[in-house]
Amino acid sequence: MSDIEAIQAQLVSEIEAAADAGAVEALRVSALGKAGSITALLKTLGGMSPEERQAQGPRIHTLRETVTAALGARKAALDAAELDVKLAAETIDMSLPADTAPRGSVHPVSQVMDELAEIFADMGFAVATGPEIEDDWRNFTALNIPETHPARAMHDTFYFPDKDAEGRAMLLRTHTSPVQIRTMMSEEPPIRIIAPGRVYRSDSDATHTPMFHQVEGLVIDRNIHMGHLKWTLETFLKAYFERDDIVLRLRPSYFPFTEPSAEVDVGYKQEKGRRIVGGNGDDEGHAWMELLGSGMVNRRVIANCGLDPDEWQGFAFGVGVDRLAMLKYGMDDLRAFFDGDLRWLSHYGFGALSVPTLSGGISA
Amino acid sequence: MKITLDWLREHLHGDYGVADVVATLNRIGHEVEGVENPAEKLAGFRVAKVLTAEKHPQADKLQVLTVDTGDDGAPLTVVCGAPNARAGLIGVLGLPGAVVPANGMELKVAAVRGVESNGMMCSTRELELGDDHDGIIELPADAPIGTPFADYSGAGDPVIDISITPNRQDCMGVRGIARDLAAAGLGTLKPLDIPTIAGEGAPTTEIRTDDPEGCPAFYGRTISGVTNGTAPEWMRRRLEAVGQRSISALVDISNYVMFDLGRPSHIYDRATLTGALVARRAKNGETAVALNGKEYSLTDTMTVLADDSGVHDIAGIMGGEHSGCSETTTDVLLEIAYFTPERIALTGQALALTSDARSRFERGVDPAFLDDATAIVTGHVLAICGGTPSTVTRAGAPPAEVKAIDYDPSLSATLGGIKIAPDRQKDILAALGFGVIEQGGRWQVSVPSWRRDMDGAPDVVEEVTRITGFDAIASAPLPRTDGVAKPTATAEQLTERRLRRAAAAAGFDEAVTWSFISETEAAPFGGGTWSLANPISEDLKVMRPSLLPGLLAAAQRNQNRGATSIRLFEIGRRYLADAEHPTLAMLMTGDKSARGWKAGKAAAFDAFDAKAAALTLLEAAGAPAERLQVMEAVTTGSIWHPGQSATLRLGPKAVLAEFGALHPLLTRGFDVDGPVMAVQIFLDAIPAKRASGPARAAFTPPALQSVRRDFAFLAPTNLTAADLVRAIRGADKTGITGARLFDRFAGQGVPEGQVSLAVEVELQPLEKSFTDTELKAIADKVVAAAAKVGAVLRG
Repeated sequence: MSDIEAIQAQLVSEIEAAADAGAVEALRVSALGKAGSITALLKTLGGMSPEERQAQGPRIHTLRETVTAALGARKAALDAAELDVKLAAETIDMSLPADTAPRGSVHPVSQVMDELAEIFADMGFAVATGPEIEDDWRNFTALNIPETHPARAMHDTFYFPDKDAEGRAMLLRTHTSPVQIRTMMSEEPPIRIIAPGRVYRSDSDATHTPMFHQVEGLVIDRNIHMGHLKWTLETFLKAYFERDDIVLRLRPSYFPFTEPSAEVDVGYKQEKGRRIVGGNGDDEGHAWMELLGSGMVNRRVIANCGLDPDEWQGFAFGVGVDRLAMLKYGMDDLRAFFDGDLRWLSHYGFGALSVPTLSGGISA
Repeated sequence: MKITLDWLREHLHGDYGVADVVATLNRIGHEVEGVENPAEKLAGFRVAKVLTAEKHPQADKLQVLTVDTGDDGAPLTVVCGAPNARAGLIGVLGLPGAVVPANGMELKVAAVRGVESNGMMCSTRELELGDDHDGIIELPADAPIGTPFADYSGAGDPVIDISITPNRQDCMGVRGIARDLAAAGLGTLKPLDIPTIAGEGAPTTEIRTDDPEGCPAFYGRTISGVTNGTAPEWMRRRLEAVGQRSISALVDISNYVMFDLGRPSHIYDRATLTGALVARRAKNGETAVALNGKEYSLTDTMTVLADDSGVHDIAGIMGGEHSGCSETTTDVLLEIAYFTPERIALTGQALALTSDARSRFERGVDPAFLDDATAIVTGHVLAICGGTPSTVTRAGAPPAEVKAIDYDPSLSATLGGIKIAPDRQKDILAALGFGVIEQGGRWQVSVPSWRRDMDGAPDVVEEVTRITGFDAIASAPLPRTDGVAKPTATAEQLTERRLRRAAAAAGFDEAVTWSFISETEAAPFGGGTWSLANPISEDLKVMRPSLLPGLLAAAQRNQNRGATSIRLFEIGRRYLADAEHPTLAMLMTGDKSARGWKAGKAAAFDAFDAKAAALTLLEAAGAPAERLQVMEAVTTGSIWHPGQSATLRLGPKAVLAEFGALHPLLTRGFDVDGPVMAVQIFLDAIPAKRASGPARAAFTPPALQSVRRDFAFLAPTNLTAADLVRAIRGADKTGITGARLFDRFAGQGVPEGQVSLAVEVELQPLEKSFTDTELKAIADKVVAAAAKVGAVLRG
């Protein structure tokens, strides 16, 4: 039965030579269609004797499968070639610019406040807030600054003509210290808080703006002394500036709300016109700069808040947030902080995902 | 407060230099703000003698001098134009290399009209020692030739500028500073020289105090027959070195004692007084002309010194213009008073009048230093101006209470953080003038009369620790709680942090703008409730009722700088009558996307960008986004485009956000070009999330796939998409799990006044797949529900 093998050879060679999908289809119909040559051969199987069928059946089936496979292969090859042509026609210049998503930013003051919250959380400090429109009792009197105290003159205070329900003069807080008062009056010690926020002084020149940011720290507990204050500030500044060589110099000073009081200087070095915090200010090439005010909370302040100063004592400190940002990130003009200049914001701002963490680093 | 080293030596004996003084002052709490060493400015100028003076061969007005500089070498040739230059004159020669203080010019060897000049003979103006420029300085014949002029003139005395903290009135005089330095081990305090002056006869002007509350003590004496010339040079030089202009001997004496001992006094010309000089309360409306020439209107809370003719002196603050001493003064009345500090402070504040006397009296001068001060001032007057003193009248008495503080010496360690041996503490306290009485481990520390600041044991701790030096404080770790640090942020703080990062992630730059704005800027937002009494300018006057004015102003500045696409946000407070409200505001203007090869023209922001931003952020803040309703804008003022703005609310009252296009009149008012989209999110209106622990509800996805069906309706144009979708969602609460409007069309094929709205409805089978009948039933319900709100299924 060499005719079957001959048909097979003939068909396969025709299929492999088919030029397009139409020709392949025509061949399929002529071989496997209802009136196709292979279909006709299959039909002959019914009229054969069992012995004959046993001999011819496999040959005819092999013929059908071989041809079917050849049709499939040819079709796939033609499809692939067609796709290649199509894809080749779709070529574009991949150096063309892609769409860009706008890149937003977080303001350095916000970023630094997040950094402070992260550092102080590790030391057990919560973040407290209070109103910016304060009364003069919480901003001054409760902090041991009576009306006639010369220290009131040290604060260039913005006043409102308004009085509160108790007849207290309303003003814009000149420091974040009223938050100390609010916290001590509303919470039971032990207390560990920081209080960052906006503060106001009627002062405006190259280095002062009428609004700026401060962060206050307060610890009220038993057996707290100046050594704890010094350690806390050192630990905080080492973490914040991410340097182990931070050296502090405490100098006696005066704040009505602390006794004893200390101004805190930090050693730095001038490098390429910038102050680089670190090192002992007395060392060659180094100097000291005043950074924080601090001290042991005055007994009168503790008593003004309804706590027993014989039982509770602690420390407080305050530092400019904008100043901390400038020292760490190198801005030199405070006024630019409040201008909203997109160029400045994108230069000094932080990406949305740059969240300060202890594991990932405070300067994310 | 300025002192000079030479002046300090008047009170402090010892071997120390400027650097020692500066270091010690800083260490013990007197911050040195600067040191000025005039000797540095006068380096290279020395006393020199003109040997010969010849006319310059080439110039009529110049002379060629030979000058003896005191060196062994030959005299120098110097060309000089001063008319008084002559042989034998002793003056001041600037050598090559010296810098002329008045003009910063460095002297060089140079030819002047062909004659080489080796320096310059100087006038007082060139050395900034006076205004005289008519000729060169002429020194006395005994001036030692060759001496550096700084040494000869005494102008080389270094001036130390010290920031005295307001609690330390006692250091507002050189002696107080000397006492602190001595306690810190820098030299020993010299005893104060107090002359004994009995006086002859009663004062010729009666003095008394009729206001014992404001002026508890008024000591005085008259001195007759004085001559009020100029003060001696040593006194004038010291006063001028600390910035005090020399006026006349009597005025200078009063000032000198104030800067020397921290003790203000006043000297009246008796000829100007009529009758008794009385410390009394001013009458309301009474006026006084002070030494500064200004007239002040007084009230009955203020203490004055007045005679029969009226008020002369605003007590403790400033003397009167008409009763001061002049060169014709011959008889004087000396006033040494004690004024109550609080009253001086209030008067000074009320009159906005500052003076060196006020700053001392309001901090509280030493109440035990009236007699001695009277003797010291009198002594100076007699020595400098002559005259005959009367006896002293003492009207009233200063407070004499001696404060004692109960003190436990262990406090230096338990509060101050420095362990200091009790004996050492006693020594320090004694050196500062304190007394210590020991009573079984506790001390009674008596406070010297000049230390009004001492209030309790912590003040004593400060004294012993500051003199020991804060460098001795050893760091002590704060006790740490067990385990890892606990979270500390409040829900509000977390919301704010999330919103900030979400806004930045959405492409917005965070700005921080002023909390105060102008009244004009605040007006469209309902005006500012809080208006400053003393704003720094009208632009920064009222507390902002919205964050948008600040962002609009920032947008305008950015447009001026050429920015074409502006996305800004700020998180801060709005200051309303009831409280301060934490708020997030966003602003977008210009190009949403730049022109490009794909999209062609630049796209502008529209109100739906604002809506998308508002929803994104509210979701980030944890607001229940699926329950938010879009409702009309709140009409406070007219900040919004009336047809392209809305609010997002949870129910009619709880407005969480406003968004949309800003009213063009508003943006024009801020000079911002083009349409501006904005969002305001009211952080305190976002409901707190219920705390439910970290575990989520069990995950139970539906077993069967959902089915989607589209419906198109014709509706009147005033039917909102939200109303239609809500009606459809409510048509079958179990079967319909979602509905979304995906097409809106008006125009050809849609009747006038109507709009075609197409909604995709999601149906979720539960137990088994929907049958055709069930699907038909739901579809009927959808159509019926839509019809109820006026939407008719399109045929």
